Amino acid sequence: MEQVSTLERILRGIAISFVIIFFMFPILWIFLMSFQTNETILQVPPQLFFEPTIVNYEGLITGQLETAAGSLKIEFMGNLFNSLFLSTAAVIVGLILGVPAAYAFARLKFKGSEDIAFTLLSFRFAPPLLVLLPLTIYFQKIGLADTYVGLIWVYQLIVLPLILWIVRGYFEDIPADIEYAYRIAGHGFWSTFRKIALPLAGPGIAAAGLLAFIFSWNNFIFALVLASADKQPVTVGALAFITASGINYGQIAAGIVLSIAPTFALAMYAQRYLVEGLSLGAVKG
Amino acid sequence: MSLKLTNITKSFKDDLVLNQVSLSVEKGQTLVLFGPSGAGKTVLLRLIAGVIEPDDGTIEIDGLDMQGVEAEHRGIGMAFQNFALFPHMDAHANIASPLTARKQTKDAIEAGVQKLAKLLKIDHVLSHQPKELSNGQKQRTALARALAGEPATLLLDDPLRNVDAKLRFEMRLELPRLLKDQNATVIYVTQDYKEAMAFGDTIAVMSGHGIQQVGTPADIYLSPGNIETARLFGDPVINLLDVRPEKGAQGLQVQISQTPVSIAEGYSNAVDTDCILGIRPEALRFVDKDMPGAFPVIVEAETPLNEKTVNLMRTVNGRELMLSRPAGSPGPSEGEAYIAVNTSDAMLFEKTTGNRIEPLHAAAKSGDSA
Repeated sequence: MEQVSTLERILRGIAISFVIIFFMFPILWIFLMSFQTNETILQVPPQLFFEPTIVNYEGLITGQLETAAGSLKIEFMGNLFNSLFLSTAAVIVGLILGVPAAYAFARLKFKGSEDIAFTLLSFRFAPPLLVLLPLTIYFQKIGLADTYVGLIWVYQLIVLPLILWIVRGYFEDIPADIEYAYRIAGHGFWSTFRKIALPLAGPGIAAAGLLAFIFSWNNFIFALVLASADKQPVTVGALAFITASGINYGQIAAGIVLSIAPTFALAMYAQRYLVEGLSLGAVKG
Repeated sequence: MSLKLTNITKSFKDDLVLNQVSLSVEKGQTLVLFGPSGAGKTVLLRLIAGVIEPDDGTIEIDGLDMQGVEAEHRGIGMAFQNFALFPHMDAHANIASPLTARKQTKDAIEAGVQKLAKLLKIDHVLSHQPKELSNGQKQRTALARALAGEPATLLLDDPLRNVDAKLRFEMRLELPRLLKDQNATVIYVTQDYKEAMAFGDTIAVMSGHGIQQVGTPADIYLSPGNIETARLFGDPVINLLDVRPEKGAQGLQVQISQTPVSIAEGYSNAVDTDCILGIRPEALRFVDKDMPGAFPVIVEAETPLNEKTVNLMRTVNGRELMLSRPAGSPGPSEGEAYIAVNTSDAMLFEKTTGNRIEPLHAAAKSGDSA
């Protein structure tokens, strides 16, 4: 076994610390900011020690934003609910559509299947703005603009390619013989899909679902253009903190903490699945 | 006829795997598909099982055309070379799966599983997940699963390939009896000629996208249809020498080690053509110098091989020959020696096509005594 010299170990430690600080500091700072008032935040130089306050969280939860210019109503909790509802619904729809499709692409090599799969992936290449303008016009014509259904539909642009390509890789990894064996034992196509393919690709489906949830939670541009106040998710709702009388850093920070908390917790909980799912998707894709 | 394949052709993209394959198996008989890897044996099994469809040709089971009949309705049991156990179900559920598919009662399923598990000696590991089973137990579980539905047709894809030598030996003894009890039509795939000869009522030799020869084990061994088949059967492999049969004083003869050696008179039609002489290593024997037909060789090495001893030798012209004899029988381990072959044991193949030359029958008989 190779011995790592002391110097190398120290240098390695410094490098790792640097990376951690670089990436984690903003999150830590936001977390600290969320417990400060605008006055303490804007102090120069910044204070490391301060009197923590939960006024920001209070404001968010009650929906009353107290500013220097007076009180303002905001819909933060509504936004949080919208985010949760939109992302969950988008992922459920994405899984219902994407998992069978992924199975078809993995197992039934039909004419043009590769092209269709690639076209679906290519949705991820185009900047969302490219499709947004025509979509907005269509949606207004057919009455889908500013509806949950319309948003969930558009979210499929994010969710579906992701689920399709990750889950497909997992389906392809199941030895075909195992499915053949189940068929030959006397079970039909659907039963084989349900009892063999789905359980064996389970971790992949879970990973894809989690990733899709995080991606749709973080989406901003679709909701900005297609949703009005009462359908907006947190990402868009945070804009309300930029008011005529100034930017409420404290509340923004509290809002950010609340809005990243669910995805952060999910990511922590399912870390292993996520890494597996992502790397597998990368290899297969 | 229980199973009948007619002109089956299958290719994957541009790769032709099976070309015009026809086969038939009687009910209750065991047909061994024997051939090197890549010969299309597994593909043929999958076609019969119905998990892939042929490009052309028909498959009939009990007289019914199987085209468009899904795998689950063909009444087939199959054991895979890699076992293909369901990794998320325990051994019990694996074996029970053909029974649950038939919607049998709980008691019937339990009885069926227990009976097979006892027979195959895996009743103590029924609650284990596949990953907790040894290779031998996996193989028995896979076999039990294939048998559980009491299929009329049983497809076994090299089931002994991935198990250790001891178990393979045991199963070689057990399996034929087990298969006879099932009274199923069996197709058994193997790359091992000993297994082929032990299990097969009939052997079909596959190579080069098709079937080279179909026959009883003795047929295939004693009169292989071509050089390919002759080479695949037998260990050590058959000796093959370039020769040109000629008419000599003692009748038909070929030159080996610059010595004329008689061959069966039935090969008279091959005179003065380029041929390949095939001699099984066990058909050669050490003899005295004066014995008629004896030819000189230089013995280079001696290797024990199970119950045999194998000598590697060279002819005067430097061509390699192998001789095998019962272990412990006398013979030189090196240096000059004389060997001979029974006239009837030497086969001739056409050099251009590799096909065996069929000796003219009447003449072959008289040649036997020489």
